[in-house]
Amino acid sequence: MENIIAEYIKEGRSDAWRAELRKSMKAKERTSLERVQMPEQDPLVRNKNIIEVNLGVTEQMAVAEAHRCLDCPQPTCTVGCPVGINIPKFIKKIETKDFLGAAAVIKETNALPAVCGRVCPQEKQCELSCFYTDKLHATPIAIGHLERFAADYERNSGKMNIPEVAKSNGIKVAVVGSGPSGLAAAGDLAKFGYDVTVFEALHEIGGVLKYGIPEFRLPNDIVDVEIENMRKMGIKFRTNFIVGKTASFEDLRAQGFQAFFVGSGAGLPRFMNIPGENYNGIFSSNEYLTRVNLMKAAHEEYDTPVLIGKNVAVIGGGNTAMDSVRTSKRLGAKRSMIIYRSSLEEMPARVEEVHHAMAEEIEFMNLHNPVEYFADENGRVNKMRVQKMKLGEPDASGRRRPIPIEGSEFDIEVDTVVVAVGVSPNPIVPSSLKNLKMTDWGTIVVNKETMQSSISDIFAGGDIVRGGATVILAMGDGRKAAVGIHKYIQEKIKAS
Amino acid sequence: MNKIVEMEFFSENVAKIVLEAPDIANSRKAGHFVIIRLNEKGERIPLTIADGDSEKGTITLVVQKVGVTSAKLLAMKAGEEILDVVGPLGHPTHIENYGTVLCAGGGVGVAPMLPIIKALKEAGNKVISVLAGRTKELIILEDEVKKHSDEVIIMTDDGSYGKKGLVTAGMEEVIQREKVNKAVVIGPAIMMKFGSLTTKKYNIPTEVSLNTIMVDGTGMCGACRVSVGGRTKFVCVDGPEFDAFQVDWNEMMMRMGAYKTQEHEAYEKYLKTVETVA
Ligand SMILES: Cc1cc2nc3c(=O)[nH]c(=O)nc-3n(C[C@H](O)[C@H](O)[C@H](O)COP(=O)(O)OP(=O)(O)OC[C@H]3O[C@@H](n4cnc5c(N)ncnc54)[C@H](O)[C@@H]3O)c2cc1C
Ligand SMILES: Cc1cc2nc3c(=O)[nH]c(=O)nc-3n(C[C@H](O)[C@H](O)[C@H](O)COP(=O)(O)OP(=O)(O)OC[C@H]3O[C@@H](n4cnc5c(N)ncnc54)[C@H](O)[C@@H]3O)c2cc1C
Ligand code: SF4
Ligand code: FES
Repeated sequence: MENIIAEYIKEGRSDAWRAELRKSMKAKERTSLERVQMPEQDPLVRNKNIIEVNLGVTEQMAVAEAHRCLDCPQPTCTVGCPVGINIPKFIKKIETKDFLGAAAVIKETNALPAVCGRVCPQEKQCELSCFYTDKLHATPIAIGHLERFAADYERNSGKMNIPEVAKSNGIKVAVVGSGPSGLAAAGDLAKFGYDVTVFEALHEIGGVLKYGIPEFRLPNDIVDVEIENMRKMGIKFRTNFIVGKTASFEDLRAQGFQAFFVGSGAGLPRFMNIPGENYNGIFSSNEYLTRVNLMKAAHEEYDTPVLIGKNVAVIGGGNTAMDSVRTSKRLGAKRSMIIYRSSLEEMPARVEEVHHAMAEEIEFMNLHNPVEYFADENGRVNKMRVQKMKLGEPDASGRRRPIPIEGSEFDIEVDTVVVAVGVSPNPIVPSSLKNLKMTDWGTIVVNKETMQSSISDIFAGGDIVRGGATVILAMGDGRKAAVGIHKYIQEKIKAS
Repeated sequence: MNKIVEMEFFSENVAKIVLEAPDIANSRKAGHFVIIRLNEKGERIPLTIADGDSEKGTITLVVQKVGVTSAKLLAMKAGEEILDVVGPLGHPTHIENYGTVLCAGGGVGVAPMLPIIKALKEAGNKVISVLAGRTKELIILEDEVKKHSDEVIIMTDDGSYGKKGLVTAGMEEVIQREKVNKAVVIGPAIMMKFGSLTTKKYNIPTEVSLNTIMVDGTGMCGACRVSVGGRTKFVCVDGPEFDAFQVDWNEMMMRMGAYKTQEHEAYEKYLKTVETVA
């Protein structure tokens, strides 16, 4: 796989237009340019609305940023990209103002660039391994901002191209779950000519992109446009359909489905199992975000309620915790705080989100951990007890684990608590398939190259295979599985 | 979209709704429930599948008006469509031949009880059913229950029908009289709590079906969580039926009151809009 990507990246670097472009400006000049700053809404305005925080870079800004990129002979940025986007090629297209061309390059390997440009942890991937970061110890090329720019440009141009699909082969394939892994698999399977149906348990398509990640970070419209395009490619969607419950895999096989991609995600919220955790006003982040994002609980004319807190504590340090705490502020909380057991550096959330949260007047209580909750006479939480933590010595992996400081407990007044300490794999599919090989953590065991599970017509990917991971890894899995399924079906046809 | 094919009122506030849902009709078993959302702005609410017909592709729900969504549902008419119906959810009821089973249903809890009574009877049990309600018109599905039970005792709080007294009195009467091997108690939380305290006195293994607040019904949110045997369980995926003696009733009732204020305000507002329209 690595070799194929390396070949793909190399290809085209020697094209005349690229060679010309490289010569048009000295490397020294390029490296002396300043990184573009993403325009954003004022923090104290945006923490009261749900409009997207980042406004997107302008054409001039994008072109200026593209000039910084050196079009390296060994583009290390691409090594950091889980799906091997041809980063220098799309950036150079932007430099020549061929924005639609740039979008097309990204789409060769990434089906949802407008999403990834917004939510990928670039600082841990492409931008971490960019020549600027790696060798110059300077701020990297804003690859994420440029990816988003190209994708948004294409969408707003009205010239969004619907991917070409091969002539229909009439073979039915089912995709279970409509998160990023399922959407990516469905897209590629349709391109190969399959008759694809995506089954989704909820009433909305998109998985975490819809019910989890809030509007102010990933507007629903962006996901909807992609889904609309997929419908145009002939992909069918069935909402309110739980595979394993509404119909079994056996039922679907009987209906003619030849193979399955399972992208059912890691949707089960974990709690800490500390005293008082079931009091009213204590939610899992999934419940809190689902009420607000999927059910639109904060809108007057929608029927679903949500408790609006004055003092909100969110437990955890990941993207989910950041999304929850920033949502609480937007719902009108006076005080919104993050309570995280380790230090700021250890927080797994995207760095940009942490910075945005701080600017939005979110309080950060790092190295604190809840130990107990208390409630009023109606059972509504009114106080939490937290314990201070300190970082231990680095362990074999170099990680410094937090350890509690005895006797350091104190109480904080809260009326709403959101627990965002992680998720477990969704057990519905595994529990409906007795022979499916699973890990001790409840994830599905697959062949890493083909994504095939222990049951030959069932393939899987995304969080159900990895545990809680990322959008881009989920999409990469979906695409790999589409290839795996294609091979599996073609071989089956040959054999018969 | 799921079409309502039939709507029959048992009383002013309780109706039977037959709904098109072919896939669910095919796969449902006793004890399963669905989650429905009436329209784009609606909330998701859980309702037990009281009956189903896989040939006609329909399921039957019995709904009591308690707030905004149930009121809007009961205001709908045959021929209209419900936007989302998903299921069957939860574990089906475990059915075996226990011997004599006491089935106590309170209010609209008789609806979820009906398929269980049927299945228990088919499995060879002697089924004694106790139906309870505040007053005569709140006793529902009496004929259907009679068809599948060996004996039916009716209890009303005000004595307007059957015997006067609470469900527990009817249960005691049976337990005093004969050996009961198993009990199933379904109804409002308070009724299940006291019903299972009654069976506990006599050490009769008892199942209850919990009706906590839910959102997705697939184990994704934890809104439905409740302590059972000292451990947190998600009613939608671990239940909805549990060993009654392990349930933390006080916690369960406390959690059901989480949105009391909002529910009340929403209902008042809804009634006003209905009045202005009328
Ligand atoms: C609040 C939040 C913020 C996040 N922020 C980021 C971020 O900024 N960057 C990033 O890279 N990652 C982020 N993540 C993680 C990322 O969203 C996930 O890794 C990714 O969505 C996993 O994709 P998936 O396709 O495996 O599953 P999911 O997106 O979880 O989708 C699974 C879908 O399958 C459905 N389903 C489950 N079982 C069945 C069944 N039996 N039948 C039918 N349908 C079924 C579910 O309803 C769901 O819609 C975030 C996660 C959350 C919760
Ligand atoms: C597994 C399961 C199966 C159920 N089966 C049925 C059924 O077959 N028929 C039926 O009529 N109802 C059933 N219920 C209850 C039903 O879901 C609620 O009555 C409904 O959600 C109320 O919505 P509402 O908007 O009308 O009222 P709300 O405004 O939400 O609530 C009004 C009143 O009802 C109470 N209430 C709220 N939610 C529930 C709840 N989940 N259960 C009981 N009381 C509640 C509130 O405390 C309040 O006093 C079931 C619940 C569960 C969890
Ligand atoms: S490593 Fe950085 S500078 Fe080099 S090609 Fe990639 S983005 Fe451009
Ligand atoms: S209703 Fe969401 S987990 Fe049970």
